[in-house]
Amino acid sequence: MNEFQLIAYLPILLMFLVAAGFGSSQVILSALLGQRKATKTKLMPYECGKDPVGSARERFSVKFYLIAMLFILFDIEVIFLVPWAVVFRDFVASGNAAFIYIEMMVFVALLLVGYVYVVKKGTFEWGDRARVEAETEAKILARQERLAAIQVERKAA
Amino acid sequence: MFDTNNPLLIAGAQFLGIFLAFNAVLVLTAYLSLVERRVLAVMQGRLGPNRVGWFGLLQPLADGIKFIFKEDIAPDKATKFIYILAPFIAIISALMTLIVYPFGPVVTLPFSETFFGAPVTFPMTVARMDVALLYVLAVTSVGVYAIALAGWSSNSKYSLMGGLRSAAQMISYELSLGLSLIGVILMSGTLDLFSIAEQQGGWFGMKWNIFFQPLGFFVYLISAIAETNRVPFDLPEAETELVAGFHTEYSAMKFALFFIAEYVNMTTVSMLAATLFLGGFQGPFVAEFPILGPFYFVAKVFFFLFLYIWLRGTLPRFRFDQLMNFGWKFLLPVALLNIILTATIAVFFYSR
Repeated sequence: MNEFQLIAYLPILLMFLVAAGFGSSQVILSALLGQRKATKTKLMPYECGKDPVGSARERFSVKFYLIAMLFILFDIEVIFLVPWAVVFRDFVASGNAAFIYIEMMVFVALLLVGYVYVVKKGTFEWGDRARVEAETEAKILARQERLAAIQVERKAA
Repeated sequence: MFDTNNPLLIAGAQFLGIFLAFNAVLVLTAYLSLVERRVLAVMQGRLGPNRVGWFGLLQPLADGIKFIFKEDIAPDKATKFIYILAPFIAIISALMTLIVYPFGPVVTLPFSETFFGAPVTFPMTVARMDVALLYVLAVTSVGVYAIALAGWSSNSKYSLMGGLRSAAQMISYELSLGLSLIGVILMSGTLDLFSIAEQQGGWFGMKWNIFFQPLGFFVYLISAIAETNRVPFDLPEAETELVAGFHTEYSAMKFALFFIAEYVNMTTVSMLAATLFLGGFQGPFVAEFPILGPFYFVAKVFFFLFLYIWLRGTLPRFRFDQLMNFGWKFLLPVALLNIILTATIAVFFYSR
């Protein structure tokens, strides 16, 4: 509608400077005025008062990656809906209702097909199914450990 | 006489607006933390903080001073640069959206005729952008980085789990949040928040979008609470199981930045809800007396903020699989249904 003017986006820069200035000034102030008596135990990662066991950077459930990938896919589709929604009223008012309506319903239908597929695949099953899988994996691991222990015993004997 | 089109003058006015909005929101968040503690105390039959100042009114100030004088620790196993960067991302992404919200209708600057030769009128918003709503979505979604990075860089198990959960939760509910806004965009045909608020001025200032978009409002409200990590969606913090979640290892002002960011996020999300669904500054008699606009706006924002506190005093926390199921299997389809319904009705309503 309006002509593009870069000056209209100046407040974003100003707000960024104000926010960053606020954050850094507070942190610097607390770094200068706060006390500093760092001891070795104080600098340990918190683990309920015990010495931390192993590193925290271990493997975590692959489900989180899956959720992140699905988010990217669906979020892009949401963003595609935004320009359609903006021009929707003008199109309908100018008599192109059928075109814009059917066009977008096809898009939403495709989105729904993907969504149904993802749900049927069990991506969002965090409860029973995941627990069964984890239990089977734990059983296999336990059996392997037992076998290894038996082998060590045999060697010793 | 001054030239009102002077870029420096405009930039100065914008800076003044930013400064005012920034300070107002900071004071608001400080007192929001006090109000939350007092109201929760009343709900739970306690007194709450009432010792510092009259009725505990100086408590936020005391908290701030305490934060400054606390020791600022970075755990020795942490990835230092990211560890320091994360709270800055949180506070910047929380504050950045302040500039686009319409705080009031178009008003005339008092005494402007004597200074500028002609009456100066301006909308009570810092920046009126065509892409305001998209800008809000873009900037708030950066907040996920702050939490994920904070959780990872602390190198503590609680932080990592809190960060992971939180990232998964926030991105899941961001989908429904984005989809619930499409209905409003369909109706108003613009992304400019000021125009959206202006369009809701009919029916004696009561033609609010909530009456046309009850489903969208419902989805937006739930996803907004999940986005800000508040009860009943406060899994990232979950103090009974994860100590403090992603900010377990943070102390002093770095912790305070996360804390302020959370409350600023609550405020901005409430502002967006008020603007999109409750008519923003619109209300009875605003057309006659524009100065009433900001009061209506603040009252609506306060309503949402009270709702947040009320929910915290009432509801228990979700389990993680319940949370994910609710977001993906219930809210997302409902949001899509809302879009299809709105479009279908609008085709009959708008076409000639």
